[in-house]
Amino acid sequence: MSTVTDLSGDELRELYRDLILDHARRPRHFGRLVSPTHEAEGINPLCGDKLHLYLAIDDENIVRDASFEGSGCAISIASASLLTEAVIGLDRSDVLARRSAVTAALRGETRPADLGKLQSLLGVRDFPSRVKCATLAWHALAGALNRHNVPANTEN
Amino acid sequence: MKPLQAESGRDFLDVRDDFPALDQLVQGHPLVYLDSAASSQQPIAVIEAVASYQQRDHANVHRGVHTLSHRATEAYEGARDKLRAFVNARSRHEVVLTSGTTASINLVAQSYCRPRLGAGDRILITHLEHHSNIVPWQLVCEQTGAELLVAPMLDDGQLDLGRLHEMLSMKVRMLALGHVSNALGTINPVREIIEWAHEQDVPVLLDGAQAVPHMAVDVQELDCDFYAFSGHKMFGPTGTGVLYGRESLLDAMPPWQGGGDMILEVRFDGTIYNELPYKFEAGTPNIGGVVGLGAAVDYLQGIGMERISAHEAALLAYLSERLAGIDGLRLIGTAPYKAAVQSFLVGDIHPHDLGTILDHQGVAIRTGHHCAMPVMQYFSIPGTARASLALYNEPGDVDRLVSAIRKAQEIFG
Repeated sequence: MSTVTDLSGDELRELYRDLILDHARRPRHFGRLVSPTHEAEGINPLCGDKLHLYLAIDDENIVRDASFEGSGCAISIASASLLTEAVIGLDRSDVLARRSAVTAALRGETRPADLGKLQSLLGVRDFPSRVKCATLAWHALAGALNRHNVPANTEN
Repeated sequence: MKPLQAESGRDFLDVRDDFPALDQLVQGHPLVYLDSAASSQQPIAVIEAVASYQQRDHANVHRGVHTLSHRATEAYEGARDKLRAFVNARSRHEVVLTSGTTASINLVAQSYCRPRLGAGDRILITHLEHHSNIVPWQLVCEQTGAELLVAPMLDDGQLDLGRLHEMLSMKVRMLALGHVSNALGTINPVREIIEWAHEQDVPVLLDGAQAVPHMAVDVQELDCDFYAFSGHKMFGPTGTGVLYGRESLLDAMPPWQGGGDMILEVRFDGTIYNELPYKFEAGTPNIGGVVGLGAAVDYLQGIGMERISAHEAALLAYLSERLAGIDGLRLIGTAPYKAAVQSFLVGDIHPHDLGTILDHQGVAIRTGHHCAMPVMQYFSIPGTARASLALYNEPGDVDRLVSAIRKAQEIFG
């Protein structure tokens, strides 16, 4: 075994926080909505992660319900689960604003604003190859709101 | 690290120092590179051969009368001769230099199969194949109306040989299969399979990308019709590869791509193609890369493929033994004859999460579908973690892998 002191534990714990592991193991709002008004698929073609996001938005542009299904790593599943929790009850424009804030923070482009529980996703900033896992559901969210018929793809 | 060798009496190679990339810290830990099946590291001899060519000898090949062009041609053609000897082809005419296994297989699909196939004809592949030995055949089937048949696999990662044998008589015009599975490490009994195919007059292409780094390959002894492999999986540069083809077959095939170097005479009313193997080598090739690949052949032959196979067999046995001792670890691919490749799953930890945690401890493995999605579909899993060993790995690397997996289990509780 290596004699080098293990300096890496903290970053890993930061990535795999209890909240992330909890959402990965017991994703909230998992499954399809009965009558979604908006939906989109998110695909990460490099690793095969695939999520389908459903939204039910009412006439006043409020997200009444959100859910997702699919398969992926702990980060992508937890991110999708947290997303559904975060958007329910928000106005459509607030959803878009939140999406921009989260994806910019995940990419390290901005200092995190107050993201609440979503703050726990920011551990990925130390793992460049895993940022796409965290942003996958948020790409799908944009796709759903824009009513794109093509799957959101982390590569474009 | 060495005590293990003494204990077990296993004779391990000690060549790690030949590979400069292995001598570095990753995430604060000495690198343990267990992803050679994706791409292997290069020995200093290869790196220096490429550098020396680029620094002194570079010019275009087969063209100029000047000294550098002559040197470049000698170096390039010298590498072809080494590659001919490496797989024991009868003649250098049978050694087509390509950009890799993918290009080699596409060449056969388009040049050999496409003109011969029609509705009702079949191409037979297997469930174990890498995407590069699936998609080129799907394309040629779409182009010609032929049908793709897939010989099934068994739970341990072996081919269902009985079914494969039966399927060979179903109007099959080409059998294409991997010599060694990249995802599971299964070594297929290709000598026997080729015999069955030839009894039905079915030509056979072997995808040898995962075989050539691990074992001696003799295309005459195998009696295969085509053999495709890549340089970058056998310690050479990327963008290099070989298509071995039986001369009589290559002779009868039309060129695949047109351009310079593949012609004898070009006129607007018709062009005369160059002789083998140049007919299939349109355009300026990856000369420096091929020179490096020649150096890789020298390096491997300097050690001896038999010694490399023995080293890896001992290392694989040690790996299997250590992985078996980890609770909740499931081995994917347990065929009796395997190259030093092991896929596995750890509890309910997704392979990508495992890969990140291992990387953080300096251990590089491949995670995901390994460009063999049908294999993953067979096991109903999104992907696996895969440790692939090469001649430069040591028992200590296996120990580091095991410790890193235990750490992942700790994090995932």
